[in-house]
Amino acid sequence: MYTQALNTAEADDRGLEDAGRAAQFQARIDAEERIEPNDWMPAAYRKTLTRQISQHAHSEIVGMLPEGNWITRAPSLRRKAALLAKVQDECGHGLYLYAAAETLGTSREELVDAMLAGKAKYSSIFNYPTLTWADIGTIGWLVDGAAIMNQIPLCRCSYGPYARAMIRVCKEESFHQRQGYEIMLTLCRGSDEQKAMAQDALDRWWWPVLMMFGPPDATSQHSDTSTKWKIKRFSNDELRQKFVDATVPQAQYLGLAIPDPGMTRDKEGHWRYSDIDWTEFKQVLAGNGPCNRDRMAARRKSHDEGAWVREAAAAYAAKRAQRQTAQAAE
Amino acid sequence: MPAANIQVSETPLVLYALRRADDALVLGHRLSEWCGHAPMMEEDMALSNIALDLIGQARELYTYAAKAEGKGNDEDKLAYLRDVRQYRNLLLVEQPNGDFAQTLVRQFFYSAFADLYWRAMMTSRDATLAAIAAKSEKESAYHLRHASEWIIRLGDGTDESRQRAQAAIDHLWAFTGEMFAADEGERALIHAGIAVDPGTLRGRWMTTLSEVVGEATLHLPQGDWMQQGGRSGRHSEHLGHLLSELQSMQRTFPGQTW
Ligand SMILES: [Fe+2]
Ligand SMILES: [Fe+2]
Ligand SMILES: [Fe+2]
Repeated sequence: MYTQALNTAEADDRGLEDAGRAAQFQARIDAEERIEPNDWMPAAYRKTLTRQISQHAHSEIVGMLPEGNWITRAPSLRRKAALLAKVQDECGHGLYLYAAAETLGTSREELVDAMLAGKAKYSSIFNYPTLTWADIGTIGWLVDGAAIMNQIPLCRCSYGPYARAMIRVCKEESFHQRQGYEIMLTLCRGSDEQKAMAQDALDRWWWPVLMMFGPPDATSQHSDTSTKWKIKRFSNDELRQKFVDATVPQAQYLGLAIPDPGMTRDKEGHWRYSDIDWTEFKQVLAGNGPCNRDRMAARRKSHDEGAWVREAAAAYAAKRAQRQTAQAAE
Repeated sequence: MPAANIQVSETPLVLYALRRADDALVLGHRLSEWCGHAPMMEEDMALSNIALDLIGQARELYTYAAKAEGKGNDEDKLAYLRDVRQYRNLLLVEQPNGDFAQTLVRQFFYSAFADLYWRAMMTSRDATLAAIAAKSEKESAYHLRHASEWIIRLGDGTDESRQRAQAAIDHLWAFTGEMFAADEGERALIHAGIAVDPGTLRGRWMTTLSEVVGEATLHLPQGDWMQQGGRSGRHSEHLGHLLSELQSMQRTFPGQTW
């Protein structure tokens, strides 16, 4: 998921709920049972999950834009096909996730409208531009890599439809990650110009990728309800550290320098990174990232320009249904 | 290696493969422009699928053309290092996406033809072409079904969608004649049982069109003036822009491996 950073403490509106059912619900969660759409669940659980799953879905869809920016310019036919297939996979992820969110009772249309109205968030990583081909490699390697780190624990999320969607999505994300790394490897084994392109991309994406895990544990107002409900199983800093530890050796193998001269390795072997510039993160979340406006404008444009097509499809379906009813009545 | 154009020895067989490869690549590229921008997510998926099939067809055909030529070219050199005058695709497939109706009408005209074409080519005496045709035929049958369903939905949908669909048909009609033409080099391959005679497919193509367009409550234009030139590299202005985007990396960073 790309969305964890955006969760905020849920208002405690469970007061109205039957305490007995809530206790039973918690007992099922504690026993690692999966909650299914028709099961009773606290309103706040439903609300938290609807928001998290739909934010994740929006991220998949908005995430098509920065990479889609290179489909028409991919440097070989093999890369073009692979990138197109990857961006198509992200759209598929969006579709499964909207379907998972719909099982909680809100329609895809409403969820999409909230995003287009600027009322719902998507991952801030997609508010950065893809300037060179190396950005495509870097996104696969690091952005899909960070997504996997976040999503693997979600395969055990207490809500069944989300957990199952994540299992399917994670398989494809790890394929994307390997593909991205392979692009980087090709660049780093190529000309000086290509290697410089790879280093430049890493320099630009490194810090924003670390921010994908969300604010530091010390300052984040993460609800312990998410943890109690087994939606969230690791803290932001835990996941970030896992990611850094996994990534540093990969960068070394590529011969690229992580743009953090202060990074050190501690006694337990963890790579300790320098302070993250959270002002930048807040600015991007507030809508001031380099591409926030472009991303929203692009989504709204497709939505608005596609309205007549969706209306035509609906009108045709209605006519057809009417004709079938008329025929059946004869 | 420089970023200059390669020279291709266009024997009839090389040219034949190249023309079909260019059709598939240019149309696949056009469809890929929709990815992330389609009217609904299901169509982002569907148009990307079709684009992927077409790019796959192009790769096989380029590889075959390069092998038939035997001068050390490969799929990427053929795609990325020929300029607009060396491209051999139909004018139809290079036409801009326009609105969704224009994209789908373009696809419908082409797929209705390609489906018949590949099916006929499955019996080619050239084993590679026959194998490429067998795979492409399955794909184009799906492309045709997808496009036909949309023509019907748009034609029999709302007033606006009917108008847009009819406008797209009227606009693109003059680019369909070129599909059925064959020059002398191609005639020789047809006689040898290697190539398909596209002229023989016109009747069945018209039947498919009439059925679908009729069900869509649309009509085919009466005009019979047809634009020609794509097969010999006399293109519309649109293709140069498409190629400058498609080829930008190979032209900017010559001779590198990606
Ligand atoms: Fe994801
Ligand atoms: Fe994804
Ligand atoms: Fe991915």
